Amino acid sequence: MRHLIAAMCAAILAGPALAEQPQNGALGMQPAATRIAERIHQFHGFVLVIITIITIFVLGLLLWVIIRHNKKANPQPRKFSHNTLVEVVWTVVPALILVAIASQSFPNLFYQDVVPNLEQITSKGKQLQADGKTAAYNRYTKNYFPEAAEKGFVNIKAQGNQWNWTYTYPDIVDDAGYPLEFVSNPLQVGLSTDSKVGPRNLAVDYPMVIPVGRYVRYYTAAADVIHSWTVPAFGVKTDAIPGRLNEGWFLVDRPGVYYGQCSELCGVNHAYMPIEVRVVSEEEYARWAELMLAGDYDAAAASVRQVASTEQATKFAAKQ
Amino acid sequence: MPMDEVALDHHDAHDHKPGFFKRWLFSTNHKDIGTLYLIFALIAGIVGYTLSGLIRWELAEPGIGVLTQFVAGEGDVAIQNAKHFYNAVITYHGLIMIFFMVMPALIGGFGNWFVPLMIGAPDMAFPRMNNISFWLTAAAFVLACVSMMVPGGSAGNGFAGGWVLYPPLSSTTGHPGPAMDVLILSLHTAGIASILGAINFIVTILNMRAPGMTLHKMPLFAWGVLVTAVLLLLSLPVLAAALTMLLTDRNFGSQFFNPAGGGDPVMFQHLFWFFGHPEVYIMILPAFGIISHIVSTFSKKPIFGYLGMAYAMVSIGVIGFVVWAHHMYTVGMNVDLKAYFVAATMVIAVPTGIKIFSWIATMWGGSIEFKVPMLWAIGFIFLFTVGGVTGVVLANAGIDHALHDTYYVVAHFHYVLSLGAVFGLFAGWYYWFEKMFGIKYNGFIGGLHFWLMFIGSNVLFFPQHFLGLQGMPRRYIDYADGFATWHHVSSIGYAITLVATLVFFVGLAEALIRRRKGVANPWGEGATTLEWTLSSPPPFHQYNELPHVTAKGGH
Repeated sequence: MRHLIAAMCAAILAGPALAEQPQNGALGMQPAATRIAERIHQFHGFVLVIITIITIFVLGLLLWVIIRHNKKANPQPRKFSHNTLVEVVWTVVPALILVAIASQSFPNLFYQDVVPNLEQITSKGKQLQADGKTAAYNRYTKNYFPEAAEKGFVNIKAQGNQWNWTYTYPDIVDDAGYPLEFVSNPLQVGLSTDSKVGPRNLAVDYPMVIPVGRYVRYYTAAADVIHSWTVPAFGVKTDAIPGRLNEGWFLVDRPGVYYGQCSELCGVNHAYMPIEVRVVSEEEYARWAELMLAGDYDAAAASVRQVASTEQATKFAAKQ
Repeated sequence: MPMDEVALDHHDAHDHKPGFFKRWLFSTNHKDIGTLYLIFALIAGIVGYTLSGLIRWELAEPGIGVLTQFVAGEGDVAIQNAKHFYNAVITYHGLIMIFFMVMPALIGGFGNWFVPLMIGAPDMAFPRMNNISFWLTAAAFVLACVSMMVPGGSAGNGFAGGWVLYPPLSSTTGHPGPAMDVLILSLHTAGIASILGAINFIVTILNMRAPGMTLHKMPLFAWGVLVTAVLLLLSLPVLAAALTMLLTDRNFGSQFFNPAGGGDPVMFQHLFWFFGHPEVYIMILPAFGIISHIVSTFSKKPIFGYLGMAYAMVSIGVIGFVVWAHHMYTVGMNVDLKAYFVAATMVIAVPTGIKIFSWIATMWGGSIEFKVPMLWAIGFIFLFTVGGVTGVVLANAGIDHALHDTYYVVAHFHYVLSLGAVFGLFAGWYYWFEKMFGIKYNGFIGGLHFWLMFIGSNVLFFPQHFLGLQGMPRRYIDYADGFATWHHVSSIGYAITLVATLVFFVGLAEALIRRRKGVANPWGEGATTLEWTLSSPPPFHQYNELPHVTAKGGH
């Protein structure tokens, strides 16, 4: 933990906070901030290679027939119309390619879609360490985080409204037992009264705040019409539907500011209900929660405004 | 339609045609109705394409600065109205292109024209019902246009909830105004028209093939239309059910999609996509058929793997009914259910691959002539492949969680529909232009149209993959500044397609003015289907003596 704080101090001195937001002219996905997104990137990279090869192969065949089998090059057309062998090949080979894709797809899907059982992860992690299986333990920690699992979930409910998000923290309760709940409004809605603060169409007044390196379980709900809560850098997207409570999970392993935008058409201001997530240290998170409970939203927001990060400042880097 | 009248002068004396009103308002002739559908699709296409122009114009630069000119109010009021207007524009762009452009052109236009000609039938089985189908479609389009102009939500006219019509945005919660009710009426009417048309095609194809033409000798375009018609017949009633439930929710207090009354908005999505997914195959299967004929004609070779091609379409149609929820991976369904839909969806790639490879094999060893229809067909094969492989990417729920409702999806479905179905449409237009209208188009203008469209639509849609990967959500009037570059490029692509579209109309006008007389079969030995045995245009009533299809004929 000392290392973590040291790294974060260094980061504060080093420069501005890390912010994952769309970049002009970018060709790929936003950098991954969770293992879920990292696995999506790997899987997408794998599928991208396959589909690129297939597309180039088809293009090559087309160019070949265009060059070699045109009227000039081949004045006398051949008359065949069957070839059982190639027909079997081009049925079976694509099927095998799909099996290869599926073999990556299913583990990936189940990993990101099933909210993990933290007790199981904790005990399995302890078991592996007790057995002295360091390599297996390290492999296991790549996808599951036994240390974080011990601390349990941080629970957050995101409710979509026309047109902002209400965040509820059932774990953070005031003296009367009411959970922390606040509305996160966009700073820009396309009008002349817009604030000039923050990245346009992404910034909010009171962001959602989560501690770094903790399992987050989020729920989505909606008050009026369907919305969709997403953060591209996290690789998660869950619809917020009236009458339903959907859930998902993620664990962000580096502090920073992450942006998302409502992803289900929800009416006039659909383009103006952004999602801003600030990932901070546990200490900062606790301070923020305290200020929020005290009702000083602006001070709370200011306390997480300066989020520090570098590549090293992750929980996992600090562990070494 | 002076072009038909002049051209028809050359026909036999017994070829008598009714007067103008009887011929064009009360038509029972499949060729006239086909022509009406094509003219209708052209008009609706202009409307739908203009709407897409508004989208790309607005999105060319960040901020809201274009659509404000088209709405009431000044300053921030105009901006607020423009937001609603934008959502209405994307909604009607989608609905019009699907229901009033692609479907009427491919099924109503080419289907009516060439299914009877290709199978050796004198007309459709139910000519009067055919007429009803057309005029109901026209009425539905008028209703859709009316719906655009009556109050929708609080911020303006028209329904602005996307073509998928998801409640509660489409219920009184989101759109209390009458626009949605008129739109429901429009889609009901269009649905009835399509169901009647589908029945007509099924009965015609199953009962009126010329002697000797077994189903396994039937041209692939007729196969494509047959499968399409079955899909329409099975899927549209489900849409009609969903729309009716929505209508009663809106007006009569039922609670089908209202959670407060025990309903569920997600049920609408299931019903909608049970129709909606077959619908995308409805739009592409007739184009598959057209491409097969063109590739065979200009390669001067028989279609490779005819039976495989026919049954690939059948299996695409069958599987198309069991994959619908891949449009809904983010609604919070069970992970096992998602896994099933991933597997089922990827299976579709196999018959689609068979089709792509069979087209190439048809060209292989051929003596290819690069006439205008063949350019469109080759363009179709390549671009459909690009759209197909991104479909495989999206089929994986794990990736779709990141890409759902982003521009990656927009790019994907425009590659298969705008660069797939529409390229198939233009391929068929140039392939059969001379046959339908008895005049020749200008090959240079047709080629120019193709190349401009090919370049323009790729510049338009390819960068949208990058936008989607970066996280740009769909249906946004304004975007974060980081998306500006590719949006700008995309809009430049639209400008190129605009030039291409003007070239298309110049080509059409040129052909109508010059009136170069067409011949029965301009394509030579490769064109083997029955329509090429008739004059161009065909006589008002063809096949007074039914053609006999021998073992050699057909494909």
